[in-house]
Amino acid sequence: MLTRNRLLAGTAALVALSLVGPAAAQAPIKIGELNSYKVFPAFLEPYKKGIELAVEEVNTAGGVLGRKIEVVSRDDNGNPGDAVRVAEELLSREGAAFLIGTFPSNVGLAVADFAKQRKVLFIAAEPLTDKIVWDQGNAYTFRLRTSTYMQTAMLIPDAVKLKKKRWAIVYPNYEYGQSATAAFKKLLKEKQPDVEFVAEQATPLGKIDAGAVAQALADAKPDAIFSSLFGPDLAKFVREGQTRGLFKGVEVFNLLAGEPEYLDPLKEESPDGWYVTGYPWSELKTPEHTKFLSAYQAKFKDYPRLGSVVGYATVMSAAEAIKKAGSLDQEKLVAAMKGLTLITPFGKIQYRPLDHQSTMGAYVGQIGVKDGKGYMKNWRFVDGKDALPSDADVQKMRPKN
Amino acid sequence: MTLASILIQLLNGLAAAASLFLVSAGLSLIFGVTRIVNFAHGSLYMLGLYGTYSLIQFFGRTPLGFWGAVVLAALAVGLVGILIEVLVLRRIYRAPELFQLLATFAVVLVIKDIALFTWGAEDLVGPRAPGLSTAVEIMGRRIPAYDLLLIAIGPVVLALLWLLLTRTRWGALVRAATQDREMVGALGVDQAKLFTSVFFVGSVLAGLGGALQIPREPANLELDLAIIADAFVVTVVGGLGSIGGAFLAAIIIGVAKAFCIGIGTVTWFGFEVSFSKLTLVVEFLIMALVLVVRPYGLLGKPQAAQRATEPAPRLQVPSWTFALVWLALLALVPLAADRYTTILLTDIVCFALFSVSLHFIMGPAGMVSFGHAAYFGIGAYAAGLLMKRFGLPMEAALLLAPLVAGLFAIVYGWFCVRLSGVYLAMLTLAFAQISWSVVFQWDSMTGGSNGVFGVWPSAWLADKTTYYYLALVLCGAGIVFLWRVLFSPFGYALRAGRDSPLRAEAIGIDLRGFQWAAFVLVGALAGLAGAVYAFSKGSISPSSISIAQSTDGLIMVLLGGVETLTGPVVGAAIFTWLRDVVARNTEFWRAVMGGVILLIVLLFPQGLVGGLKVLVARWREQRA
Repeated sequence: MLTRNRLLAGTAALVALSLVGPAAAQAPIKIGELNSYKVFPAFLEPYKKGIELAVEEVNTAGGVLGRKIEVVSRDDNGNPGDAVRVAEELLSREGAAFLIGTFPSNVGLAVADFAKQRKVLFIAAEPLTDKIVWDQGNAYTFRLRTSTYMQTAMLIPDAVKLKKKRWAIVYPNYEYGQSATAAFKKLLKEKQPDVEFVAEQATPLGKIDAGAVAQALADAKPDAIFSSLFGPDLAKFVREGQTRGLFKGVEVFNLLAGEPEYLDPLKEESPDGWYVTGYPWSELKTPEHTKFLSAYQAKFKDYPRLGSVVGYATVMSAAEAIKKAGSLDQEKLVAAMKGLTLITPFGKIQYRPLDHQSTMGAYVGQIGVKDGKGYMKNWRFVDGKDALPSDADVQKMRPKN
Repeated sequence: MTLASILIQLLNGLAAAASLFLVSAGLSLIFGVTRIVNFAHGSLYMLGLYGTYSLIQFFGRTPLGFWGAVVLAALAVGLVGILIEVLVLRRIYRAPELFQLLATFAVVLVIKDIALFTWGAEDLVGPRAPGLSTAVEIMGRRIPAYDLLLIAIGPVVLALLWLLLTRTRWGALVRAATQDREMVGALGVDQAKLFTSVFFVGSVLAGLGGALQIPREPANLELDLAIIADAFVVTVVGGLGSIGGAFLAAIIIGVAKAFCIGIGTVTWFGFEVSFSKLTLVVEFLIMALVLVVRPYGLLGKPQAAQRATEPAPRLQVPSWTFALVWLALLALVPLAADRYTTILLTDIVCFALFSVSLHFIMGPAGMVSFGHAAYFGIGAYAAGLLMKRFGLPMEAALLLAPLVAGLFAIVYGWFCVRLSGVYLAMLTLAFAQISWSVVFQWDSMTGGSNGVFGVWPSAWLADKTTYYYLALVLCGAGIVFLWRVLFSPFGYALRAGRDSPLRAEAIGIDLRGFQWAAFVLVGALAGLAGAVYAFSKGSISPSSISIAQSTDGLIMVLLGGVETLTGPVVGAAIFTWLRDVVARNTEFWRAVMGGVILLIVLLFPQGLVGGLKVLVARWREQRA
């Protein structure tokens, strides 16, 4: 009831509260959601649909604690300062029970720190940064999405198997690309000590000079390339690399490139044989995914992207947490989130008590081209819990509260 | 790098320069004649890509379909340019300097949402150019045939433009208007028609620059802002209004970027230097260097002095009673409103000081700054880092931060006051971007792209209402101080320098010294605003020092009215409040925001406060 206590600080708030109070029993439980809708629309439009579907399902099934749920969404403009303000608005004006959402690392970390200060539960949906659960982890923040480290670790077995010596690296120059690169170099070096990193290109996000980058990488004569590019940067890199023959006889690994958001725009130019993490939505036959897929297609007449799964699973996590806590008290919610298990379209996940990271997995495979469209072939599912460092290592990274 | 890779990277640089040159040439042309800082130029470029994509879908992927689409899309973008000029800009040519910037900013927002609505959120990868889809082998390296074509297109367009400007009557008029547009008007040339035609040609060039990129770049919604800063840099490095200069500058920047990538990581004296990371900021480094050495760009000439049509209206200092009543009202708000209102007001108070400090320098002191966020951001980072990294108490960090921002302003200002007009503005932007890139890269100190976290105020200030009062006192004091300074001899000297530098020097005012001092003063106070803002958020990220933050400041000042003192405060309040309200309620909030700003622009060409003053004056006249 911390939020209420704080509300009482202003006398006017008291009056407002007394007006709202009696009606609140039947009113839906509000969950505050914030995201950079206008900055990353390709991912976040499907994400929003995933949220809508989950809310509908939870409410049709009778809601939680005898009340319906309502997700109140706000645009944070991709700016941490705005995000903190919006988060505050969701809590104090909308009366949101807690917070979910965010996409870029810096926004996710800022909201996580805010949640810690405000002592409010925050379920980070999409930020991939490892820091949000490790170096900067805190008691109130949980993260759903398979992190940069986890996705990189999932690609390592294939990379090791190929026994390539000379690796070139290209990454978008900010948190995500930097930590993917660092994790890749560290993990590969452990498994294959004689590996050599012959070139490294850090490109400004959204502004890659693809021709020059492809040429610089080719000059280093690599056997294999590790890339963490996505979006327009990826499309430009693929085209220039193909035209310039960069990928001939060279194995390429690319984080995220199998996600429909980034793979589908490439169409017939999808790079055949690349090792990627992604979401082969049309080929998944598990009952939980089939149920999600048919419900999604029935509601939106469109296929789901990875963002849809993330949005859906985030709201489901929130609903399960409320159910398990049996109350909206923050400490009880946080306690419920620790070790919470639920079924998502990707199967069963658990929010680890150790570091608040969910064990949501990802699909690893290769890109193929069929009927002028890219798809994922030879894919396998890797459970998130198998792609994490040892508990001792995690404890070393995570600050003690 | 081997000889072969040097040659190939040179070609890559030249190919990248082609589109940049087309866009910048258009921008330069429009600015030269109309003096409008056209933010929407990048949006026209983006429309060029989207338009070409759709037209190729429609015509089919034949050579005729492809090139027909490129030409038609460029012409269509030209028509959009005409629409913008006729519907919006033509109505506000008489507004105070730079006010048109506000309108073009609104147009950016509207076009972005129209593009989102029309083409959707997914990136659209265009087809390769038919017949030019393969690579040509040069010295054992493969380079796309299309890139070679682009390298050829640049000089061709340059030659055509040169012919157009030197061999036609229209070109003579454009050159004349670039030199002295009032004189051209006085000689009986229809300015409206001339401006419209220049806008058309400039927009076609932007559209063509975009259209030609379709085989190299997916159409996406971030293109507008990605290109506009670079286009401004090229225009200014080349020299405003100089097409040849723009060509030269585009090549220098394109090639420099390609070489940064080509060189990659090198080890010097045991230190690893990553040139590829320099691509983040290399164009701004070049601009800073060029402007320090050549104050009018590579091929530019000193700008002809514009005859001020009307003298700037007298500044009225708000009376103490006025200020105290407002202060009292603001102090009472937390008692009557909810917690969130207090938090929103804290934001507004910070931005108010930020925009008043910007107004001080761009209004009365006559030096426009496009990079004012540098000081806001440095203040914020100084506050956070002094506390987190150097272990200072929060209160000390808060009070020292403005001094750090002031120190940076001493250095940056020293260079900036040697320039004038848009060149000065762009140099401030260069310094802001250089600061931004350092903050963005220096992981161990500034936390890199993530920023600094856990920057919360001390326990006695933790309560949001208490912190609001602190912000109100500090920022309010800063605002009042700046206003008072304007009416001190120092302030009068600055205004004299703005209105007539020659006369000011003649009566013994050391203008440069005064302007430098003004730079430092506003830098320190913007730093205070940043520090107060940082502690209210608990975290600081590089966006506090970004172009977007600088632009927000400009928008606030212009929205309120640059010729009034209270305007910037009102502008900050309205803009922050609008964003809060609009972003909450609508899906296409950018378009709504743009629409509202456009409405204000058209109804109040002097800004909100300026417009209200005119209304009040008229009403008084009628009563008298």
